[in-house]
Amino acid sequence: MKKQFQGILMGAAVAVGLSSFAGIAISAEKMVYKSGDRNSGYTYATKETQAIQDDDLGNPAYIYVDDGAALWSKVDGKAGKSCATCHGVESAMLSDLATRYPVYNAKLGKMQNIEQKINQEREEKMGAKPYKWESGQMLALTIYMRNQSRGKPMNVSIDGPAVPFFEAGKKYFDQRRGQLDMSCKNCHEYYAGNRIRANMLTEAQSNGFPTYRLKWQKPGSLHRRFRGCNSTVRAQPLAYGSDEYVNLELYVAWRGRGLSVEAPSVRN
Amino acid sequence: MSEKFITQNMRRRDVLAMAGTGVVAVSSIGLFAGDAKADPAAVAKAIKAKIGDKKTMAGGITLELPEIAENGNTVPIAVEVKSPMSSSDYVKAVHIYSEGNPAPDVATFRFTPESGRARVSLRMRMIKSQNIVAVAEMSNGKVHMVKNAVKVTIGGCGG
Amino acid sequence: MAKARVKAPKSVKKGEVFEVKALISHNMETGLRKDKKTGKTIPRKIINKLSVTYGGKEVFGSDWHPAVSANPYVSFFVRASESGPIKFVWTEDGGGVTEKSVDILVA
Ligand code: HEC
Ligand code: HEC
Repeated sequence: MKKQFQGILMGAAVAVGLSSFAGIAISAEKMVYKSGDRNSGYTYATKETQAIQDDDLGNPAYIYVDDGAALWSKVDGKAGKSCATCHGVESAMLSDLATRYPVYNAKLGKMQNIEQKINQEREEKMGAKPYKWESGQMLALTIYMRNQSRGKPMNVSIDGPAVPFFEAGKKYFDQRRGQLDMSCKNCHEYYAGNRIRANMLTEAQSNGFPTYRLKWQKPGSLHRRFRGCNSTVRAQPLAYGSDEYVNLELYVAWRGRGLSVEAPSVRN
Repeated sequence: MSEKFITQNMRRRDVLAMAGTGVVAVSSIGLFAGDAKADPAAVAKAIKAKIGDKKTMAGGITLELPEIAENGNTVPIAVEVKSPMSSSDYVKAVHIYSEGNPAPDVATFRFTPESGRARVSLRMRMIKSQNIVAVAEMSNGKVHMVKNAVKVTIGGCGG
Repeated sequence: MAKARVKAPKSVKKGEVFEVKALISHNMETGLRKDKKTGKTIPRKIINKLSVTYGGKEVFGSDWHPAVSANPYVSFFVRASESGPIKFVWTEDGGGVTEKSVDILVA
């Protein structure tokens, strides 16, 4: 009985053809992995890990690109709408979205990142329940949306109303914390290129997020990464989507200005 | 503490802090609990179960492994066997074995003349640095074998 | 529920040998891990088989063990004989199957 049930469930995944691929294909030569003195985490990875990222069929996170494309057009909530109902199946807005976010949201009076925008749209425009932060659906939709900007240079705005949030993010990055009393800057600027045992320290660039981590064996959000890095120094991780993390996200995105959006990247 | 980790520009205070709390300690990748059980003898036994008393020979088969695997969760490997892949002379199967994982078997691949080329790529788990063995069974009954070592750096730090 | 992606060239010449790639999302639970909270062993659940048929017969087959990575990926070759689907069938422990096909045009 149980066996049969599983068979049916898996059988439901039957689909045919190649045409359903949603991913943005950019040849590796067009990608910018170095901009000024800034280097993508890609440049620190082994050539085998780079090869997994470079091959859209071999990169396991592309399953999420397909799933996200389906969610984009899936009707959900009381209003009977999907994202595509208003934005279209092909949305020009997505072509540079990942380069611009987080952005200042006047109504909220603070910065807002893509995950938060997704949930705001779901609640206000669709009458649908928000996705949980690290859920498969949130990851899939975020990966799909950010992937549409793949190859475009990171270019967040830090002017005008964003200034105080940018400053707060920079401060967080530079501040020592946790039992180890270390800042993001300690590991990712002073010691980038050095090994902590098995891990090659990179420059903490966010251009590839959500990233498929070999360690996680699945994709994860930037805030999951922040939480992990906080734990590494024995500091209390903050909540997903906390103001501090969104400000930090803005600062980290600015540090990576000019680097190509790689979402979904593959990292150790 | 690995020698590479202590670099000239690294502040002593940071190094000590990280060493002291075990952040830099090697941890298992957590895929397999318990001790590794595969070893060269277990692999030899597994091969014998597949090919019987046939002799294996070197050459005609290549095994591509990364020099250093960044993460033992996902190690890309490839096997290629020299063969015309004609209806009278082709590779029937390739078996892959691990000498350092909890069990020797990794995968078996079956080819036909319609394969055209006897090459397969996959990604495998490696709990530690070890030898990987690939065995090719040919349609004429011959068996080719290759063994290569791979070094695995294990993820143990950083969220 | 497992999801898969497969890739082959859209069109090839008869007799040409071409590369095929396939990836499926799956945890590949080894059966050797312990649940950190309960201390109980998490039961094994892996995809143990991939069979690929083309032109009415199996052109590539494989048996997998827990040492195959999560989200298993494989690439291999096929000689073009006729237009039609290349069909992939993955089977997991317990018998559940996932299928996917890709059509190729042989000129
Ligand atoms: C009822 C129509 C409607 C639906 C449904 C809808 N949106 Fe929107 N969306 C809008 C409008 C109008 C705007 C511009 C004003 C604003 O930001 O609210 C917008 C703005 C956005 C923006 C900001 C664009 C930018 O340039 O910064 C994003 C991102 C977005 N939507 C994503 C989504 C997603 C994801 C979904 C589905 C979960 C969705 N929207 C569903 C109407 C809709
Ligand atoms: C004790 C050292 C350490 C500290 C302190 C630290 N990290 Fe990390 N971080 C790592 C390691 C190790 C990795 C994995 C290897 C890498 O990409 O550097 C990592 C990875 C990252 C990545 C992923 C980079 C990529 O290309 O995918 C980001 C982003 C990041 N860290 C941000 C931060 C932020 C923000 C802080 C401060 C809150 C921080 N880290 C503090 C050790 C640290």
